[in-house]
Amino acid sequence: MGQVRLYAAVAAGGFRRYATYRGATFAGVFTNTVFGLIIACTYIALWDERPHLGGYDQAQALTFVWVGQAMFSVMMLGVPSGFEAELAERIRSGDIGVDLYRPCDLQAWWLAQDLGRAVFQLLGRGVVPMAVGALVFRLALPTEPWRWLAFLFSVLLGLLVSFGLRYLVALSAFWLLDASGVAQMYGITATFFCGMLLPLNVFPGAFGDVARALPWSALLQVPADVLMGTAGGRGVLGSYLFQAAWAAAILGVGRLLQTVATRRVVVQGG
Amino acid sequence: MSDTVVDEAVPGAASAAAFIEVDGVEKVFDVRRKAGFLRRTRHEVRAVDSLSFTVARGEMVGYIGPNGAGKSTTIKMLTGILTPSAGRLRVAGIDPSRQRARLAHRMGVVFGQRTTLWWDLPLIDSYRLMRRMYRIPDGRYAENLARCVELLELGDLLEVPVRQLSLGQRMRGDIAAALLHDPEVLYLDEPTIGLDVVSKVKVRAFLRDLNKERGTTVLLTTHDLTDIEQLCRRVMVIDHGRLVYDGELDGLHDLGGGERTLVVDLERELPPLDVEFARVVRVEGARQWLAFPAGQSAAPLVARIAERYPLADLSVREPDIESVIARMYARDASVAP
Ligand SMILES: Nc1ncnc2c1ncn2[C@@H]1O[C@H](COP(=O)(O)OP(=O)(O)OP(=O)(O)O)[C@@H](O)[C@H]1O
Ligand SMILES: [Mg+2]
Repeated sequence: MGQVRLYAAVAAGGFRRYATYRGATFAGVFTNTVFGLIIACTYIALWDERPHLGGYDQAQALTFVWVGQAMFSVMMLGVPSGFEAELAERIRSGDIGVDLYRPCDLQAWWLAQDLGRAVFQLLGRGVVPMAVGALVFRLALPTEPWRWLAFLFSVLLGLLVSFGLRYLVALSAFWLLDASGVAQMYGITATFFCGMLLPLNVFPGAFGDVARALPWSALLQVPADVLMGTAGGRGVLGSYLFQAAWAAAILGVGRLLQTVATRRVVVQGG
Repeated sequence: MSDTVVDEAVPGAASAAAFIEVDGVEKVFDVRRKAGFLRRTRHEVRAVDSLSFTVARGEMVGYIGPNGAGKSTTIKMLTGILTPSAGRLRVAGIDPSRQRARLAHRMGVVFGQRTTLWWDLPLIDSYRLMRRMYRIPDGRYAENLARCVELLELGDLLEVPVRQLSLGQRMRGDIAAALLHDPEVLYLDEPTIGLDVVSKVKVRAFLRDLNKERGTTVLLTTHDLTDIEQLCRRVMVIDHGRLVYDGELDGLHDLGGGERTLVVDLERELPPLDVEFARVVRVEGARQWLAFPAGQSAAPLVARIAERYPLADLSVREPDIESVIARMYARDASVAP
């Protein structure tokens, strides 16, 4: 019980922390909206040429674009800019020592903080681009409230996957001291395999199958399909299962690495 | 290092109530260095070497030594964030690195160069978090916070984001953060680094109070010897990972081969005085400075001078601790491998 309240307080701190930077939030909303408009125009041209590409009609393709923009900072779909740089820096500088003698769990602490951040960015950076998209274009948004709830739950599962992956990125600093290279690589991989460039169902054959099976599809492709009801044979429950399985596996690996790292940890600096 | 004296006669130190026990502890770092293309050489850095001491509950001990002596490494092992390479280490009967979580609630740590505070949030938010983390009962939290706020003068700072605090303000904030959960033992690694004179006085008074009233055991590392002089009766000196002195602060004077100074005012200007066991180190008009061994009484010296020279006035100056320690560090450096 005490632990729950602690992590709730940490999450609240994460929320407030991002809420402090109003300028950054405003700039982010602006960028996401402009990018959304540009990509939407490209998609319109593409879907005019190839209707039903990847099984989406044009309205669905445009919905995917705006969900992508809304999720961009929530799920950290580009080069990540959340807790991982900070955690990696703490490892590099030795500040991690301070975290280790605290009576709480490192992974849970950062997860709570990241969820707090994500909630803020969902509200602060997700809602406006989505609303602009819905005003300017004809989107395939559901009217049933339960679909939106189902979508939010899928977003939550996606966040666990997103956090889990970025936690691994940060932990690499224990071995490499500098995690920024790994973060760059992660960013490029994530951008492509989450479907940010093109929805993953557009890719044919074995490559498409692999892309859709990788954890990054849990960040955007899966939640978007849950929202639009285009999850296919998998259905909503199957989508959840897919996301939860990845989340469990990746968070598990994170725990394992964390144990190894802190056991042989060399806390830097005096 | 055969000539080092490890004074065992510290009050309470050897009693059964040893709270911190360090017995033959070593810490060896493996360092890899680039030696040309793709080649790396491995070598060992022995940061702490067969270190043994005990600290009784309620003691306040100064832990000093030159840069790189192994002070921070010792503290990291005591807090459990580093595992010793060899030896036995117990705090309150608990092995810190094995049972870090069990010990966490009972200790407070301040690393002067690091912060436990949340950078982007107001100071008070960090404290609220500590309260949840350490599950501090409401009454206790309110009381401790009020006390810290008053004594460390944090009142105006509570709503300020930590990143906007000055170094000294942040340090005071960090000290408070380490104490909200009533730790039994407090490790301070350079807690007065970067503090101005006024803040230092405040922090020292606060620590003295804490130790006296709450009986908190304190291990204090610092490069400011005034901290030690004002706070600690017992001091441990470490150099190259080894304990080279453990005893009363006063004992350091004798050990460091210290000299006292006799300042004499004569009735008129004279050439440097000639007296046994003392040598003139400075002459300024009618005033002369004579150095003599710290272990020796000044009385016979004064008598002899008064007998032979026109003495107007005199005073005796104790060797200052800084120069004693400086000499000690320098000597150890020349002996070390
Ligand atoms: N992570 C590390 N890897 C390799 N060597 C280290 C590491 N940490 C400390 N050392 C070495 O161990 C020795 C002791 O370092 P330590 O930080 O304990 O010194 P210190 O007494 O705290 O010095 P200072 O007064 O400068 O803070 C130094 O020689 C240092 O170079
Ligand atoms: Mg140090």
